[in-house]
Amino acid sequence: MKLREIAHARAGDKGNIVNISLIAYDEADYPLLAAQVTAERVSELFAPLIARPVERYAIPGLGALNFVLHRPPTESVTRSLNLDAHGKGLSYILLNMEVDVDRNGSAG
Amino acid sequence: MKSLRIGAGAGFAGDRIEPAIDLARDCKLDYLVFECLAERTIALAQLSKRQRRSPGFDPLLRERMEAVLPLCRPNGTRIVSNMGAANPLAAVKETARIARELGLHGLRIAAVTGDDVLGEARRRISREKNEDPLEHLVSANAYLGAEALLEALRSGADVILTGRVADPSLFLAPMIFEFGWALDDWNLLGQGTAVGHLLECAGQLTGGYFADPGHKDVPDLDRLGFPLAEVQENGEALLTKLEGSGGALTIRSCKEQILYEVQDPARYLTPDVTADFTGVRFHEIAPNQIRMSGARGTARPMELKVSTGYYEGFIAEGQISYAGPGAFSRARLARDVLASRLSWIRTEDLQLSFIGVNSMHGEALSTPVPEPYEVRLRAAARRLTEPQARKLMLEVESLYVNGPAGGGGVSTSMRENIAMDAIFLPRDPVRSSTTYEVV
Repeated sequence: MKLREIAHARAGDKGNIVNISLIAYDEADYPLLAAQVTAERVSELFAPLIARPVERYAIPGLGALNFVLHRPPTESVTRSLNLDAHGKGLSYILLNMEVDVDRNGSAG
Repeated sequence: MKSLRIGAGAGFAGDRIEPAIDLARDCKLDYLVFECLAERTIALAQLSKRQRRSPGFDPLLRERMEAVLPLCRPNGTRIVSNMGAANPLAAVKETARIARELGLHGLRIAAVTGDDVLGEARRRISREKNEDPLEHLVSANAYLGAEALLEALRSGADVILTGRVADPSLFLAPMIFEFGWALDDWNLLGQGTAVGHLLECAGQLTGGYFADPGHKDVPDLDRLGFPLAEVQENGEALLTKLEGSGGALTIRSCKEQILYEVQDPARYLTPDVTADFTGVRFHEIAPNQIRMSGARGTARPMELKVSTGYYEGFIAEGQISYAGPGAFSRARLARDVLASRLSWIRTEDLQLSFIGVNSMHGEALSTPVPEPYEVRLRAAARRLTEPQARKLMLEVESLYVNGPAGGGGVSTSMRENIAMDAIFLPRDPVRSSTTYEVV
């Protein structure tokens, strides 16, 4: 199943840093996110864009994870040539990730 | 128990004005806060002020003030904003002029300055670095905190205009002033900062940057209302919006916004406090009414963040579209032709992409499409001189006559670019001061 079916996300930017929050629609699905959407997997997913491994912060009280992506210095909001210089659309790359709902209990 | 009603009138420099008018007219606000200064906005304002192309304050200052001053005055609503940008003093003079034109009397307007630390930044950078980027350093603005606004609040200012102040601090300052919070009561400052952080992007709390049809539906997005908070003396807040306005203020929209532009949610740094959002709880009291509590804080950082702006020449871009049979092949040929004609640009400073295919997420992360009906080639380059920028635009336009068949809809643009970095300065050399104009 795609993450988008069980979670929502928002991207924010500061300089060459992009953060992507990942929030379970149903807080009961938070353990699944915490177990499967690891910093390693997200680093792998965004590998072409990032300069070092992704950091992951857990906010279980909100049923949410926060991922911090460090882009190269030339890819900051004010230097990037990308159409989406901020990286506002990057949350939808994360939401396209596959998770296995049978492995950590049912979703929805 | 005393409470305070604070509305968010703008979330960026170009934000819509109608929702702010609704808030000012119908929401019995104590404070209306306009957050209008993105990282680069102030550097562009500095540049344009230096080149005497503009006075250096927010270009929509007049429009906003003309719209809300007559509504705020009779309600006793005080206005706080960083629309002063690179020139708070001129912004105050302009606001006084507008107030006089509107026939308003007895208005006290304050400018908070001291964020401009270009001199100090130049000294520090030359001390710390051997290479010399100073030729191109055009601005250095320290993030001032809520403390810098307290004098203006105590003096009874009706309008307070600042330059670079940390976004949540614009909202926290009225709470500190009205509730008499101590400047080292870290838990209260943490909770007040969370309220400010939720409000600072205005419509992003009420359903903007949120809607995803079928997954996250938002009613009447076209009439999106901006949020307000009713804050209690203990820092807890009821987040809401004008009854009947569009959008949706939900626990989900609140969760997205509390983590927006956050790195470590246990250590959200502002000049006022190290805020901890990990204990935040949202409860829905009624539709579009969310109670927020549980943020905490620890001691404020020792140093202040300073945004530095470097002049980096021009960025230019051009686009051309191809549609119908073979559209993608013709667009790819146009790209190859253009790459060859622009080979004088360094590879790392030129980007060629296809809008509709890979221009948002990049080639590596975009799912390949078989054959789009139409596709738009986009060329963008940086670190150019002005003649080089013009050359790039002409090369794209020339694809009409000297490129593949059926290319249409060329658009081109160029702009001077200011690239932003951050340094940290001790608090000592950064002093704020307050200047008044009374109408």
